[in-house]
Amino acid sequence: MRALIVAPIVLPALTAALLVLALRHRLDAQRIVSTVSTGLLVVVAALLYATARSGPPLSYDLGDWPAPFGITLVLDRLSATLVLVTALLGAAVLAYALAGWDRRGRHFHPLFQFQLMGLAGAFLTGDVFNLFVFFEVMLIASYGLLLHGGGARRLNAGLRYVAVNLVGSTLFLFAVGLIYAVTGTLNMADLAAKVATVPAADAALLRTGALLLLVVFALKAALVPLHWWLPGSYGAAPGPVAALFMVMTKVGAYAILRLSTLVFGPQAGAFSDLAAPWLMPVALASLALGAVGVLASRSLVALAGFSVVWSMGSLTAAFGMLDAGGIAAGLYYLIHSTLSGAALFLVADLVGRARGSYADQLVPAPALPRLGSLAVLFFVAAIAVTGLPPLSGFLGKLLVLAATGTAPAAPWIWAMLLATSLVVIVGFARAGSTLFWKTVPGPAPQVGPPTPIGVPIAVCAALVAATALLAAFAGPVTNELAATTRQVLDTEAYRSAVRPMRTTLQGDTGAVDPGAQP
Amino acid sequence: MEILIAASIGFLTMAGVYLVLRRHSYPMIVGTAFLSYAVNLFLFAMGRLTLDRPPLVDPAAPGYTDPLPQALVLTAIVISFGMTALIVVLALRGFLETGSDRLDGGPPHEPEAPGADRAGGPA
Repeated sequence: MRALIVAPIVLPALTAALLVLALRHRLDAQRIVSTVSTGLLVVVAALLYATARSGPPLSYDLGDWPAPFGITLVLDRLSATLVLVTALLGAAVLAYALAGWDRRGRHFHPLFQFQLMGLAGAFLTGDVFNLFVFFEVMLIASYGLLLHGGGARRLNAGLRYVAVNLVGSTLFLFAVGLIYAVTGTLNMADLAAKVATVPAADAALLRTGALLLLVVFALKAALVPLHWWLPGSYGAAPGPVAALFMVMTKVGAYAILRLSTLVFGPQAGAFSDLAAPWLMPVALASLALGAVGVLASRSLVALAGFSVVWSMGSLTAAFGMLDAGGIAAGLYYLIHSTLSGAALFLVADLVGRARGSYADQLVPAPALPRLGSLAVLFFVAAIAVTGLPPLSGFLGKLLVLAATGTAPAAPWIWAMLLATSLVVIVGFARAGSTLFWKTVPGPAPQVGPPTPIGVPIAVCAALVAATALLAAFAGPVTNELAATTRQVLDTEAYRSAVRPMRTTLQGDTGAVDPGAQP
Repeated sequence: MEILIAASIGFLTMAGVYLVLRRHSYPMIVGTAFLSYAVNLFLFAMGRLTLDRPPLVDPAAPGYTDPLPQALVLTAIVISFGMTALIVVLALRGFLETGSDRLDGGPPHEPEAPGADRAGGPA
C-alpha cells in the first residue's frame, strides 16, 4: 500500500513517455491512453485519500534510501486532498480538451500528463530540493501547454511567463542553498527538527533563505506585488490549460502553508512564524488589486485572471492566520476557488469562441443565437466565484470571515474582504450584462465552423455542480478539513512518519570542516 | 578565495539582474544565463569551500568535502540548460512571427535614440 504513494507521479510520467515515444502521431490512441491514465489517477488519488484519512502520515523513501539522505514522499491528509483535487480537475479539463483543443497543436496529451506529474509530485514530496524539481517539471509542462495552439499573442505571453519563472527558479535555488548551508539538510521533517538548533550567528542566513522561499512561493501563488504575470499568461493560455493552471497557483499557497507550519511553526524557536507578518498585508493588497483589476478588465479572460488574484488574497488571508480555524477555512476556500475558477475560464473560452471576431472582449456585439446556455453558465459560475449564496463561494467567504475574526487586524480584513467582494460583484455583473444583454445593431459576426459544444458545456456544468455539492455537503467537508488541519498542525506526527536519521551539524562528521580551509 | 568567489557570484548576479530588466529578449536571455551561473557557484559555495578532499568519509583522509551541493548543482545545471534552450527557441519564434524582439509589446523597429536605453523606462 505504501508504494501507492509514488503512483500519482509514476503513472503520468510513464503515460507521457508512452504517448510521446510510441503514439506520437496517433491522436485517437493518445486520447484513449490519456483518458484511461487520468481515470486511473483519479482512482489512485481516491485510494490515497482513503489511506491518508484512516491513519497517521505515511512516508515513502525513494530507492529505499533512508531520510534525510534520500528523497522522501509523504502522504498525509493535506497532500492527499490536494492530489485528489488535482486529479479531479485534471479529468474535467481533459474531457473538455478532448472536444477539440487537443487537436490544435501537437503533444497536448504528453504535456498534460507531465503537468499532472509535476503537480502531484509537488504536493507529495517531503524534500525542499525535490519540491524545486517538481516545480520545474510542472513549469516546463506548463510552458508547452501555454503555447499550445501557437499564435503571436501566445508566444509573447509565453516568453514573459517563462522569463518570470526562470528568475523565480533562480531565487528558489538561492533560498535552498542558504537553508542547506546553515542546516545541512533539505528534508522537510529533518529541517523541522534542525531549524531550532541553528546557532545565532547563522540566524540571519536562515531568515534570508526562508523569506526568499516565501517570495518564490508568493510568485507562484500570484500574490501582490508578484501577481503581474498572471492575468496576461492565463489570458493567453488555451481555455482548458488556464483551467488546469488554477491548481498551479494553489501549489504556491500549499508550499507556503506546508513550510510555515511544519518547518517554521511554533516549535522553530527563534524562527517561528517568519512568514506571518508578511502574509496578511500581502493578502489585503491582493484582495484590493484583484478587485480593481476585475473592474478594469476589458476581456473576460483578463477578468477571470484578476479574479484569481483576488481569490488568492482571500485564501492567503485565511492561511495567514496559521491557526486551526484559518487553515481549515483556507482549505475549503482553496477547493472552492480551484473548481469555480476553472469553470470560469472554461466558460470564458466557450464565450470567446461563440462570439467570433468579438471574442471575449467586453464590448456589446450583435445578437448571437447560441449564447443562451452560456449566459446561464456564466451567471452560475460568477455566483460561485464572487461568493454569493447559495454556492460554495458564499460559504467559503463566510468561513474565512469567521476564521479571521480573532486577528488583531480583523477590522481591516473584514472591511477589505467585504468591500472587494462588492467591487468584484459589480465587475462581474457589468461584464455579464455587456456580453449577454446589450446588443448593437449590425450583421452577426463571423463565427467559426460549429464545433461540438455539448461536452464542453457539460464539463462546465459539472464543475459548477461540484461547487454546489461543496456547498450542500459543507458540513462533512469542513469536518474532514478540520481533521486535515489538525494533522497539518501536528508536526510531530509528520516527523515520526519520516523518521529522519540523526545527523550532526558540526565537527568532523558534518558539513563544516574548518580544518580544510586553505 | 572567499573574496574571489563572493565577488564573482556578486558580479554575475549584478550582470544578470541588469540584463534581465532590459527591454529586448536577447539581453534578457543572457541575463537569465548569468543568473543561473551565479546560483550554481552559490550552491557550490554553500557546501563550504574545501580543497583537495574526497567527497566521501574516508578515515585515512584528513576531512571530506560535502558531496550534496555538487549533486544539487548538477540538477540545477541540467534544468537551466534545458530552460535556456527553450527560451531561446521561444524568443526566436516570437521574433519571426511578430518581427519584434521587444518584451514590453512596443513597436518593433523603433529608432533607438542615443541614451534611450540608459533611461530605462518603457517607451
